Parts: sequence; structure tokens; C-alpha cells
Amino acid sequence: MLAKRIIPCLDVDAGRVVKGVKFVEIRDAGDPVEVARRYNEEGADEITFLDITASSDDRDTIVHVVEQVASEVFIPLTVGGGIRTTDDVRRMLNAGADKVAINTAAVFNPTFVQEATEKFGSQCIVVAIDAKQVSGEGEPLKWEIFTHGGRKPTGLDAVDWARRMVSYGAGEILLTSMDRDGTKIGFDLGLTRAISDAVTVPVIASGGVGTLQHLVDGVIQGRADAVLAASIFHFAEYSIEEAKRYMMEQGVEVRLES
Amino acid sequence: MSGTIAVIDYGMGNLRSVSKAVEQVAGRGYKVLVTDDPGQILSADRVVFPGQGAARDCMNAISEHHLNRAVLDAAHSKPFLGICMGLQVLMEFSRENDGTRLLGLLEGQVRRFPTGLEEQGQRLKIPQMGWNRVRQLRSHPLWEGIPDGSRFYFVHSFYVDPDDRDLITGTTEYGVTFTSVIARDNLFAAQFHPEKSAGVGLKLLQNFINWEC
Repeated sequence: MLAKRIIPCLDVDAGRVVKGVKFVEIRDAGDPVEVARRYNEEGADEITFLDITASSDDRDTIVHVVEQVASEVFIPLTVGGGIRTTDDVRRMLNAGADKVAINTAAVFNPTFVQEATEKFGSQCIVVAIDAKQVSGEGEPLKWEIFTHGGRKPTGLDAVDWARRMVSYGAGEILLTSMDRDGTKIGFDLGLTRAISDAVTVPVIASGGVGTLQHLVDGVIQGRADAVLAASIFHFAEYSIEEAKRYMMEQGVEVRLES
Repeated sequence: MSGTIAVIDYGMGNLRSVSKAVEQVAGRGYKVLVTDDPGQILSADRVVFPGQGAARDCMNAISEHHLNRAVLDAAHSKPFLGICMGLQVLMEFSRENDGTRLLGLLEGQVRRFPTGLEEQGQRLKIPQMGWNRVRQLRSHPLWEGIPDGSRFYFVHSFYVDPDDRDLITGTTEYGVTFTSVIARDNLFAAQFHPEKSAGVGLKLLQNFINWEC
């Protein structure tokens, strides 16, 4: 049986792992190559890097990080952040990434997803979706796509958007609840389930993990195929192995060596 | 141990991870060449044949690079490791892209996972993406040191269905039981990605490099 994947995520700013807690203070969480090495040893199923570097001068840093990690860590690597052209995709794949996550560029230029999947194959194109609940209390649940770190609404319905991205060839959806990101109160399970049920491809749940039970809930109630978390792993609150053992005890199929 | 290992490059998929992983386990005496030159493939001691993407694109790329003969010759004559599409294109025919004729080294077809498959009440996604168990149906030098039922990393929507059931060397469950590894003489080909399968994957690559067949 296929295992549910645990994916630690590294937000990388100018070559350092950082993590904002509830959008404010950015805490330094170390050297990305060292952190990736540790996650690999702990049994991470994949590793995702999100490049949040603002300055274009430092954009090449992520390429070097990926190159270094890829030469010693032999599990799938995904890179996102600032991917706008097929040249950006190619650069990341050549550096050693296995998958590339497209976010904002998909919203402003949806055919870019089509172009990228035709050129490189669906298996390496992940579409990252940042969604926020827009329905009020008592209304049917509804989520919308937001850009710019959750500040700008687009008017796009999240479920329709996910279906459309899959029809354009997206091989996987990385779904982040902007309401939950950084809060540590758990995934938006309604959103996760709505998207996972709507598409044929795997869905990675992201945003809000604070406890190991949240990971279990994302898989069982949210029906996610994989769960992504950052801060609970960075500051050694839990190791990946602890997370997997807990999930296994709760009846989730995971990959545990020996 | 020494020699040349050719990783066949026909423009389908990212070969950097394959060559890096092979370099990682190969001793200093080995030279790893990423190449589309039929001459280099034919003179190499071992050949790795990776591949990603759609069946038709792969077949077109193999033809454009004039690699049909070199791939078939190598698959008959020296330690040969097919990975992912490098397994599928060895068959006769794929149902992908409304039907695609393949290299035809092995009799049998490539089928798509049926839609609506379920396991324990959960609808299965296509592609299958992630770590799944491989049951070793028979012993093989490439399984050495790898426990039966180990998990390897898969990304695929299609799987091979060889006519000769004796070729089936590994199977995996994904709503159906499918052939995840075939082997014959000097040929070993896997649907999963050893280069992305952490310790067990590197072990398999190491076994391939040490394989005397």
C-alpha cells in the first residue's frame, strides 16, 4: 500500500532557512543543506524548498542550495517560489530538483502551467494554491485563491481552480490555507477535503500544523495524500521519525525503515 | 572495480539525479557518462536507461537521437538497468497517447491504472506518487541486502504487463497488483526510481554496479 508522505518544508531567504511565525518575526532555522541532510536521515519522504528571497540579486542562491542538497540527499526535492518561466523551471530541474512548484505565475498566466507540463512532463509540475475561506457563518463553505502572501484576492474559486490546474496537466497540488499558515491550530480540513475530493492527482496539505495529531487529521479527515510542515520540525519540537511513529499508531500507512 | 557506466540521455527527464546517485555509489575506478552517443553506449561496461514523460515523446526522442539499435544491443549484451519509462519502452505497445508502439524487446503491453481504484475505502490518485512496497518474487543479485517488501519511490500512471510471467521479479499493490520489476539475463528494469529511494535505492544501484552477469 502506498504510504502517506511527510514533507518538511524549508523557507529559504538568501541562503538561510527561516520561518515566520504568524507572518511576523522571522526566526533563523539554519543552513538549508544541513537541515535537509538531517531530515533525510530522520526519514523524510521528500523535501520542499520555498525560495522567499525578495532581492533578485540573491535569486541564484537557491540554485546552489538545490545543487548541494541534490548531490547528497537521494529523495525527491521540490522547489517553489518565483518560478515564472520555463527557463526558471529548467534551471531548477538542472540544479537537481525533481519537481517545481508554480504559484503566482499560474494565477496571472494559467497557460504557463500547460506550457511547463508539456515541456517537462506532469510528474515534475506541482501547482501551489494559496486559499482563504470567503464564506461567512451559515453559508456554504467557499474558498478563494489569494496571492501575495494571502493579501490579494483573485476572485477565483479554489475548488474550480484546482480542477482547472489539473486539466492543464498539474501532477500534484500543494494546498496552503492562508487562514491557518503559521497559526499551529491545524490544517483547514474542510478545504483540504474539498480539493482532494475534486481532483484526481495527489494533494499535499499545508498550513497550520502544530501537533502530530494535526498530521493524522490532514490525512484521515482531510484525505490528503501528503502533509507538509515547517516549524514543528525546524525547531526540533518533533523529529520526522516521531511524527511517522505517531501516525502509524493512529493507523496511517507511513514509510518507516526497519 | 572499474569501468564505464553510460546513463542514456535522450532528453526525457532529469538525468542529473540518476547520474549523481550512480556516482555516489560507484567507486573511484568508475567513470559515469551521461550520453546520447550510440558509440559510447555500445562501448560502456554497464548501461542505465532512465526516462520520464509520455510514451510517445519518449519513443520520438529515442528515434531522433538514433538510439533504438544501441538501446536494444545494450539490453542484450551487458548489465542493463531500466528505470521508469526506461522499463515501459522495452515492451511492445503502450495504451498511452491512444496507443504507442514501443521498442518491443519484451512481449507485452503497458496499461493505465483504471480510474476509481480504492484501497481501504480511499480513492486512489493517479499518478501513483510516493513510496510503495515491492514484493520480491524471486531472488536476484540486485535484491541483495534489500529486505523483501521495502518501499521505493514511484511516480507513474502506467505499468507494464509482460506476457512471460517468469520475467516478473517484483510486484507492487496499488488497487491492483502490478509488475514493478522485470528481469532477464543481463537486464533488470524497475518502475520505481532507485535514484530517489534513499538507502534501499542506493543499495540497488550499488548492486547493479557489482552485478556480474
